[in-house]
Amino acid sequence: MVLTDLIGETYTSLLSNKSRSALTILGIVIGIASVITMVSIGQGSTKDIESNIQALGSNLLVVSPGAQRSFGTMVRSSAGSASTLTEEDAEAIKQSVENLKAVSSLVSTNQQVIYKGNNTRVSVYGIDSAYQSIKSLEAEMGSFLSGEQISKGAKVAVLGPTVRGDLFGEDSDPTGQKIKIGDQQFTVIGITKAKGSSGTSSADNIIYVPISVVEHYFTGNKSLSSINIEVVSDKLMASAEEDITSLLLVRHKISDAGSADFSIMNQADIMETMSSVSGTMTLLLGAVAGISLIVGGIGIMNMMLTTVTERTREIGLRKSLGARSADIGSQFLLESITLTFVGGAVGILLGIAASFLVDKFGGTTTVISAWSIILSFFVSAAIGIMFGYYPARKASLLNPIEALRYE
Amino acid sequence: MIACENITKTYKTGDAQTDVLKGISFEIKKGEFVAIIGPSGSGKSTLMHILGTLDRPTSGKYFLNGQDMLKLSDNELAGIRSQKIGFVFQSFNLLPRASVLRNVMLPLVYDNNVKKEKREEKAAQALLSAGLDEDKWHHLSSQLSGGQMQRVAIARALVNNPDLILADEPTGNLDSKTGDIVLDAFCRLNKDFGHTIILITHERYVAEHADRIIEMKDGLIVADEASSKTNLLKEK
Repeated sequence: MVLTDLIGETYTSLLSNKSRSALTILGIVIGIASVITMVSIGQGSTKDIESNIQALGSNLLVVSPGAQRSFGTMVRSSAGSASTLTEEDAEAIKQSVENLKAVSSLVSTNQQVIYKGNNTRVSVYGIDSAYQSIKSLEAEMGSFLSGEQISKGAKVAVLGPTVRGDLFGEDSDPTGQKIKIGDQQFTVIGITKAKGSSGTSSADNIIYVPISVVEHYFTGNKSLSSINIEVVSDKLMASAEEDITSLLLVRHKISDAGSADFSIMNQADIMETMSSVSGTMTLLLGAVAGISLIVGGIGIMNMMLTTVTERTREIGLRKSLGARSADIGSQFLLESITLTFVGGAVGILLGIAASFLVDKFGGTTTVISAWSIILSFFVSAAIGIMFGYYPARKASLLNPIEALRYE
Repeated sequence: MIACENITKTYKTGDAQTDVLKGISFEIKKGEFVAIIGPSGSGKSTLMHILGTLDRPTSGKYFLNGQDMLKLSDNELAGIRSQKIGFVFQSFNLLPRASVLRNVMLPLVYDNNVKKEKREEKAAQALLSAGLDEDKWHHLSSQLSGGQMQRVAIARALVNNPDLILADEPTGNLDSKTGDIVLDAFCRLNKDFGHTIILITHERYVAEHADRIIEMKDGLIVADEASSKTNLLKEK
């Protein structure tokens, strides 16, 4: 039996059951298309996160209170779960560590914010005057917190664009309006420019107020949520990190670096953590899509088993006409491979189209990678072989006499 | 050409043993037209399956063209079926979705010795020998009448020019008139083209078309004699 005969047989038999073949192919199409779309969404968000973090600058160190943690648990929704960092620590770092451009203390707290009927729960960052330049924050509307407002502890607030949207509506100008944070009244003096999401917490869903205000009205103590440090150049990052670590260990009277009550992250660490998070997300999305691909494969197996049963007599006849078991087996195997192949090709096109649409209208960046297409292609071929093998083998092993008698 | 020596076949279902063939021995020469006759359950279908290499006997020997069939592997037997044996079944067993020509060419698909370009030519030849009009060749086989279908099946059995044609109740699904036409086709293939034919039937009338009748009962041969047709010819 030559290949062209096999192809001819496959063609006729698949076409003779058009709707069944089409439905079976649809299962694979959906599977492959969702794998490609999901992976492209995952990859897109990885790219987003990386470019956001890169935009923050690469020579930033963040000292947080609490024990050193592994990468997986490093991303915390609320900083400052332990209160071991103080203003004095920040002052000491500023004084004794070399090659630092700026040191900024931050106290953060979650508060209910109310403006008239609207309310939302956001992170309130109490910042000092160095914070704006370190994080390169800019006011889109009104002005940012001035040095004087910060040092005097004025009850003024700068809102992130998301907070503005929640409280006042998009594109409104709330400067000069009074809002309530917790039970305190603040005057809105500006809106920051949108920075986009950098992973788990949005830089746009934050209210900035002077640090002394937060310490006085909300946290009630002098402990810091984090110390942000800008190093002069990224080559000096490692030495600065070492210096800060040893300084804080001495100040906190800890001899063993392993049991430190603070942790220092640099941009590389943060990026690695974020990438691992979005990598996990990509994997998760891909796995969910992969399950639908497997379901599609089972659909193929189901159809092939039905076909084998339906064509039992034909198989018997072919064997009596001189078909070897391998001829019968390859005929059915080729049918299932053709189904997955066609489904795979259509699915790839559909997946690319869907990714494009999500990118265009879904508000999420998608990145279609060559490997996800190549992988889907081979996965679909492999599914054809895997799920087609059992029915094909069943067909090839049919006893010709039994098969001929089959009604 | 065919030599069977003491062939037995036993089916086992659980503890129960069924002896379907209890020692069959006969020889058939090239060019003979033999009918195997017997009531249902006599083992004639099982014998045909063994002769057609679709089944293997429990014991005994089967030589086709001097070759011991029991020593061949399944794949080699498939090769024997594709090159040396043609089957005609009671229920025709045509592919309903395929044209008459494609049905007849089907055995050639499994015979790598026949070039693709030669297939149609050979199929046309076989259809002419089986006596099917040329205007039907491109019809779907499901559009034909029973008699026409059986002639397509005969053409399919002929197409690879087999040494042996095995026909299992070929007239069983046909009315007596079309049955006669089909039987005439077999007679012609035997007389004019010299094909060796074994015809399995339970009807004495059908068996009388052959030259020799082997009668079976309960897995044994009870009679092996020339048909009355041959006797008549001899007496003349």
